[in-house]
Amino acid sequence: MTASVTAARPPSDITKRSLPASLVIHALLIAASLLMLYPLLWMVSASVRPETEIFSSTSLIPSSIDFSSYARGWVGLDVSFGRFFWNSLVISLLVVTGNVIACSLTAFAFARLRFAGRNFWFAIMLGTLMIPYHVTLIPQYVLFLDLGWVNTILPLVVPKFLASDAFFIFLMVQFFRGIPRELDEAAMMDGCSAWRIYWKIMLPLSLPVLATAAIFSFIWTWDDFFGPLIYLNDMNTYTIQLGLRTFVDSTSASDWGGLFAMSTLTLVPVFFFFLFFQRLLIEGIATTGMKR
Amino acid sequence: MSNAMRTPAGAISVERYQGAVAEGRLKRLWNANAPGYLFLLPWLVGFFGLTLGPALISLYLSFTDFDMLQSPRWVGMANYVRIATADPKFSAAMHVTLTYVVFSVPFKLTFALLVAMALNRGLRGLPIYRAIFYLPSLLGGSVAIAVLWRQLFASDGLVNAALSHFGIEGPSWISHPNYSIYTLVALSVWQFGSPMIIFLAGLRQIPQDMYEAASLDGASKFRQFYKITLPLLTPVIFFNAVVQTIDAFKAFTPAFIISGGTGGPINSTLFYTLYLYQEAFGNFRMGYASALAWILVLIIAVFTAFSFLTSRYWVHYDD
Repeated sequence: MTASVTAARPPSDITKRSLPASLVIHALLIAASLLMLYPLLWMVSASVRPETEIFSSTSLIPSSIDFSSYARGWVGLDVSFGRFFWNSLVISLLVVTGNVIACSLTAFAFARLRFAGRNFWFAIMLGTLMIPYHVTLIPQYVLFLDLGWVNTILPLVVPKFLASDAFFIFLMVQFFRGIPRELDEAAMMDGCSAWRIYWKIMLPLSLPVLATAAIFSFIWTWDDFFGPLIYLNDMNTYTIQLGLRTFVDSTSASDWGGLFAMSTLTLVPVFFFFLFFQRLLIEGIATTGMKR
Repeated sequence: MSNAMRTPAGAISVERYQGAVAEGRLKRLWNANAPGYLFLLPWLVGFFGLTLGPALISLYLSFTDFDMLQSPRWVGMANYVRIATADPKFSAAMHVTLTYVVFSVPFKLTFALLVAMALNRGLRGLPIYRAIFYLPSLLGGSVAIAVLWRQLFASDGLVNAALSHFGIEGPSWISHPNYSIYTLVALSVWQFGSPMIIFLAGLRQIPQDMYEAASLDGASKFRQFYKITLPLLTPVIFFNAVVQTIDAFKAFTPAFIISGGTGGPINSTLFYTLYLYQEAFGNFRMGYASALAWILVLIIAVFTAFSFLTSRYWVHYDD
C-alpha cells in the first residue's frame, strides 16, 4: 500500500435529486422550523417589550427593547427569583452528583463483577424501570414526613444517592459493556482491586456516558415540578418551577411582561446545555430511546 | 451409653479438617461475592427502602381508609369498588386521559416520522433542522412552557390573534371544556423531537441499496415507503408508540399549570395523575389515592402486555 493509491470514492448515500425537489423540501422544513420556534421566540420578545404592546401584536420584533420586565419580575414575589434560582441550582447539582456516583457504582457491579444473584438483581433493576413512581409516592411521602424531611431538599436528593434513577444505571451498563474486557482482566491479573478498576479504568473511559447522565439529570431536575410541589411548601425553599407557578397564581399575574421574563430565564440553563452538548443529548436519545 | 461407638482419635482431626474446609469455602464465597454486593449496596438500600417497601405498603394502604390523621383502617375492596362504580371524577379522569393518549400519540408519531424522513435525504443543514425540531422536546417539561401555552391559547392570545388575520374568531381555547384538552394535545404534539431522533436512527439502519434495487425495478416512491421503509421501521414505531403512550398516561405538569391545579373547566383537563394528586395531597385521602395508583399500574401493565401480544402480527423483526 502506498499513499499514491487513491481510495475508491465512497458510494454516496445521497441519491441525486432534481434541484426543485430539494428546494421544496427545504422550503417546507424552514416553514416548519419557524412554526416550531415561533412560540419560544414570541415569549422572548414579549419579555423585552413595553407592557402595552404584548397582546396587540403577533410580530416577533418589538418596537423598542426594554428590560424593565426582568427587573420587575425578579422581585415580583415576597421572595426574589434569585433565591429560587439558587435553590434549583443546589438541588440539581446534588442530584447530578448522586446519580453519577450511585448509578455508576451499580452499573459497574452489573456490567463487570461476578457475584451470586447478579442476573436476578439485574432483572429486578430493569423491572423497576417499568414501575410508575405513583405507586411508591404516598408511602415515600409518609416516610419522609416521619423523618422530618418534608420542606427540606432531602427527599428530592437522597434517593438519587441510592441509585433510584434506574434509567441511568441501564444507560451506564450498556456503555460499560462496550469497554474491552481485556483492560480489566489485565488489571485483575496485576492484582488490582475492583475498586481500583472502577476508579482508574472504568470511570476515565466512560466520560461520555457520565456526561450524558449528568446533563439529563440536570435538565430533568431543573424542570421537575411534581417533586418540589409535594415536598417544598415554604416559599424560601421553592425551586424555580414552583416560583414561576406561584407567580402565575399571584395577583401579579397581570404583570405579563414579568411573567414572560421569568419564564424565559428559567429556560436559559436548559438552552445553554442544549447549545453546548447537543450531540451528547441526541446520541443519548438515539441509542437508548429516551422519551424527552 | 455403653454401646456407643467411641470416636476414634483421628475423627477429631477429620472434623477439624472439615471445619477448616468449610471456613475456606466461606472465605472464598465471601471473596467472590463481597465486591459485587458492596458496589450494589446503595442501590440495594434504595430498592428495599424506597421502591419495594413503599410499593408493598401502598398496596396495603389501597385496602384502607388512610387519611394521614388516624392510623389506617382496613376497608377491603371498598376503594376499588368505589373507583369502578361510584366515582364520576375517576370516569372523567379516565376519559380525559384516554382522549389525550388517543389524539396526542398518533399525531406525535406521524409528525416525528414525516420530519425524520424529510431529514433522512442527506440534506444540507440536517444538524440545524434536527436541533430546532428537538428543542421543544427538551424544554417541554418545564412550567415556563405550560405558562406560554396558556397564553397562546387564551381568548386574547396569540392563536386567536393569528386566526383573526383570516377573519376567524377563535374560541377561548383553555377555558372552554370542549377545547381545553386539545390545547394540551397540541403541546404534546409540538414536542415530537425525541421520537423523531429515534426514527432518524432507525432510518439510518435501512440499507440504501434496497431502495436502489427497488427503484431500478420501477417501484414508485410511495411503494418504496410502503414496502421497505414501513416494514423495516415497525420495531422502532412499536417502541416509540409504547413509550409515548405510557408517558401520556403519566402526564401532569401542563394540565396542572394550565388549569391552575383544578383540572378544569368542568374536569376537562383532569388528567389521571392530576386527580391522583388532588386526592392524595389535596384531600389527604391517601388510601383512596393508593388504590388509584395501583389502577394506573394495572392500566399501563395491561396496555403494555396487549401491545406486546399484538406486536407479533405487525412488528417485523428481521434478525
